[in-house]
Amino acid sequence: MEGGAKMKVMNIVDALNNALDIKLGEDRNIIIYGEDVGVEGGVFRVTEGLQKKYGAERVLDSPLAESGIVGTAVGMAAAGLRPIVEMQFSGFAYVAFDQLISHVARYHNRSRGRYKMAIVIRMPYGGGINALEHHSESMEAIYGHIPGLKVVIPSTPHDAKGLLTSAIESDDPIIFMEPKRIYRAIKQDVPEEKFLVPIGKAKVISPGKDVTVVAYGAMIREAQRAMVMAKEAGISVELIDLRTIYPIDKDTIIQSVKKTGRIITVAEEPRSFGVAAEISAIASEDAFLYLESPPKRVTGFDTIVPYARGEHHYLQTPEKIFYEIERTVKF
Amino acid sequence: MFDEYNPLDEKIFQVIDNDGKIVNNKWFPEIDNERLLKAYRDMLLARTADLMIVSYQRQGRIYTYPPSYGQEAIQVATAMVMRDEDWLVPAFRELAAYLGKGVTLKEVFLYYMGFEDGSRFLNAKNILPISIPVASQLLHATGIGYEIKYNKKDQVVFAFVGDGGTSEGDFHEALNFGGVWKVPVVFIVQNNQYSISTPVSKQTASKNIAIKSVAYGIKGIKVDGNDIFALFQAIKTASEYARSESEPVLIEALTYRKGSHTTSDDPTLYRTEDEEKEWDMKDPLKRLKAYLLNNNLWTEEQDQQILQQFKQEVDRQFVEAENYPLYKLEDVFEYIYVEMPDDLKRQQNEHENFLKWKEARK
Repeated sequence: MEGGAKMKVMNIVDALNNALDIKLGEDRNIIIYGEDVGVEGGVFRVTEGLQKKYGAERVLDSPLAESGIVGTAVGMAAAGLRPIVEMQFSGFAYVAFDQLISHVARYHNRSRGRYKMAIVIRMPYGGGINALEHHSESMEAIYGHIPGLKVVIPSTPHDAKGLLTSAIESDDPIIFMEPKRIYRAIKQDVPEEKFLVPIGKAKVISPGKDVTVVAYGAMIREAQRAMVMAKEAGISVELIDLRTIYPIDKDTIIQSVKKTGRIITVAEEPRSFGVAAEISAIASEDAFLYLESPPKRVTGFDTIVPYARGEHHYLQTPEKIFYEIERTVKF
Repeated sequence: MFDEYNPLDEKIFQVIDNDGKIVNNKWFPEIDNERLLKAYRDMLLARTADLMIVSYQRQGRIYTYPPSYGQEAIQVATAMVMRDEDWLVPAFRELAAYLGKGVTLKEVFLYYMGFEDGSRFLNAKNILPISIPVASQLLHATGIGYEIKYNKKDQVVFAFVGDGGTSEGDFHEALNFGGVWKVPVVFIVQNNQYSISTPVSKQTASKNIAIKSVAYGIKGIKVDGNDIFALFQAIKTASEYARSESEPVLIEALTYRKGSHTTSDDPTLYRTEDEEKEWDMKDPLKRLKAYLLNNNLWTEEQDQQILQQFKQEVDRQFVEAENYPLYKLEDVFEYIYVEMPDDLKRQQNEHENFLKWKEARK
């Protein structure tokens, strides 16, 4: 933690709200809108109190239309504003994909640098809250696959604040995915002042020597629990919080795998063509001669996330992660 | 005007007839002769350039192009009303409107020759690049409108879409957001009767397109899209209304795409010669020319003279575009991000290594 800074205990929702509050206060060009983000403060209350403080011109409830929300943000950004928009759930963002892929991601290139898309698109994602269909998936790889976007996922209140602040200050468009399962589950001391956590930099949470485990979002907590089990079994795990999906921090991953010789990625996404697949490819391409076992993907299945009653089959648990750690080390 | 030509009544706002005669004195706009002659020349330049691009395309000197001839009056009327600080949000069939905003023919040529640099628009202020995904640009117009309102600027947005675009969800969302947010945007539908091959009757069961404004709580009007006087009057009134009331307006301009959808399309498959002849009678350029000749403001000699000048100018800029420097590898990467990820730099370097290897092999 930052030395000497005034701290406050926050959960992820508090930390995101605090980052938005600070930036709204700093920069008049920042506008926040989305479905129910104004009066209600968002269905998860991330924008709570902001409309009251900054007015309904700056924090507003928009009509219920995701393409409209993202498409109008393109125009606002072209005209010099810095919109932060909310997709109420990531599962509702798909109707905005044309605006996202065809415009948000391309406008800077199409206009040869004339129009910057300083847009942050926030969206809660991931499973584990017994929600209805469309409320549990983890589709970060789709966004990571779109040239022109950057994709960020925090796992702690501290990083949530620092990464969101960096996202808001970025002149590139950022997909900011929030692990809703741990919105209020983790509390931590967070500096009250503004600070940045850089985009594109992973973090080694705990150093180890036998196996590298890369995770992000809600999977960090599960991986930490698995790490305790591994320690009891005499296995030393190096845990990396990826923090940014794209641009992915290859250097940190390669450095770690060169040290441990083994790598496992833990993610909530479907198995094929995903973030874990990308990390396995990085390890294979850039640390091939250091590998002592095949890179392993510990992810969901290539299935729809089951509804609440079947979700436990799909989600990654500490036991499952430990099971794969042990198999990898014993390979 | 909006009350008199309420789209619910299915009336079409018209000022001159097919022979260039005034049929609506009440709404005949005040346009001084010089401005009117400029409008005619601008329409003629766009028509000339358009036809020449199609022939360059046939010669293999430029790629796919969507011609706009037949629709010049809508775009030139917009350009007459549009001020420097106003925004132009084009779709992709608005050649005369870009030229009116200060885009050069050379830039247009570059774009259709396959250079992103054609969208730099170095001399044009407040203009968005061409937007190919149909109707998606209308939301950008609404977003710009929000910024204008938020910063209390004296600006209006002019946004274009075709009749096919009115079926898209983004058309609905843009007008709906615009109506709720009350932003100064003039949405102009160039109803040219076809979206590629599909006639407007297969796009909507609505009796006209302007009528859709009613449901969004905004003003709307259906205009003869080949009548420059009616268009100027309607677009001017709409932009003044949008600016003073901070509200969107929907204009449906009835016109005809005289050419193909793009140079890869064959309109003989889906429309008849009779239909084309009928619309020829309503050609916007012919009608304005008839008016000018009737009123002794223009002569056939002047017409021929300026046409030759335009042909030379179009060709000069076309050749300039043909001599544009080669597309470099770094042009692929440079503008994808403001802050380029290291790995993207690495991908560029890897390809440079391959190119060096390839060069050494020769």
